[in-house]
Amino acid sequence: MSTILFSMDESVHPPKLYPDYKSTVLRAPSRPMIVLPQGLSEMSGPVFGDYQLGEFDHDLTKNSIVNGNPLGERIVVHGKVLNELGQPIPNTLVEIWQANAAGRYVHKVDKHEAPLDPNFLGTGRTRTDKDGYYCFYTIKPGAYPWGNHFNAWRPNHIHFSLFGPNITTRLVTQMYFPGDPLLQYDPIFQGVPEKGRPLVIASFDLDRTEPDFALAYRFDIILRGDKTTPFEKL
Amino acid sequence: MEKKFLQTPSQTVGPYFAYGLTPEQYGYDFKSLVANELISPLHPEAIIVKGRVLDGNGEVIPDAMVELWHKDNEQEGFGRFGTGTLPGNEYLFYALKPQSVDCNAPYFSLIVFMRGQLIHSYTRIYFADEESLNEKDSVLNQIPEDRRNTLIASKTGNVYQFDVHMQGDNETVFFEV
Ligand SMILES: [Fe+2]
Repeated sequence: MSTILFSMDESVHPPKLYPDYKSTVLRAPSRPMIVLPQGLSEMSGPVFGDYQLGEFDHDLTKNSIVNGNPLGERIVVHGKVLNELGQPIPNTLVEIWQANAAGRYVHKVDKHEAPLDPNFLGTGRTRTDKDGYYCFYTIKPGAYPWGNHFNAWRPNHIHFSLFGPNITTRLVTQMYFPGDPLLQYDPIFQGVPEKGRPLVIASFDLDRTEPDFALAYRFDIILRGDKTTPFEKL
Repeated sequence: MEKKFLQTPSQTVGPYFAYGLTPEQYGYDFKSLVANELISPLHPEAIIVKGRVLDGNGEVIPDAMVELWHKDNEQEGFGRFGTGTLPGNEYLFYALKPQSVDCNAPYFSLIVFMRGQLIHSYTRIYFADEESLNEKDSVLNQIPEDRRNTLIASKTGNVYQFDVHMQGDNETVFFEV
């Protein structure tokens, strides 16, 4: 029963093939998926609690300083990681990466003619606490052009990678900012069915905004599934 | 209990994951939490699992990230590797060979992420030298016979080769988990 209730929700996830996002055409699997029975070994996953995180891993404004503070608008990005029942997922790894304030990635492949920031690498990670809560400090990423179609620009976004309790809850996604005029033109965002789109847009959070310091954005993440352990399922 | 929330939708990992998810492999100054050694390469029973990821034109994909998940009754492990640094754009892991659980054929789970995938793909790596267990395996038997071989890594010494074909005549079997 759980397997039906908590299967991947196709009404919110993007399809594999979405031709407006051109590189899906040769990279999306084309044949029907084989449905796996969710047995013990498939449901289990490695334990990530052991990874040693650095002191500033969650603070992208500090974790790669060379000779000063990174440029751009400092922000807080925070929220909870929950399952579909709304229960917190504690102690799970959250990894993020993003462009700098000018819309440039540190990645060597990024050839966009915008400046790199010597004091900003643009990646960080943290673990949720016992209430499923996480918090990052970072710089608001800039928009950047890409080659999908003429005059294509990615909206401001932060990439997220999450694990949750097992292999079925693995999630890689992107967080967008409210009111971004580029969202309506972005085939990666538009690939998400309408019902799912609000779920990848953060909300501005005045309560968590730090006076004289940083605006805050709230981004809650809902991973597939419930709390049932594989042993209870069997 | 009732579902209260909708799942957060998946989005592509994009082309620029390397300095965040596999930084040391790509030479960035940030500590990798996890790399491609599920076991030390010097371990006497270490095997190598490697291969390419190919697109619908049969071109090798140089910007994919693969994760290897291993769990049996005795071992568990997790590794991550990008296809952008090795010659031939292969991924490569050092691991112990998984063991059979409940008389099923041993396997690794492999997750493939890349630009051009809005959602990641799950597959499994079975082993060519486990013929009798493979023949009786309930998951393999669920798969049409002419596609089963896409899940079986070939063996040369302690090296298992497993190419992932996203599309085409040899399209790898992917799973809904
Ligand atoms: Fe991006």
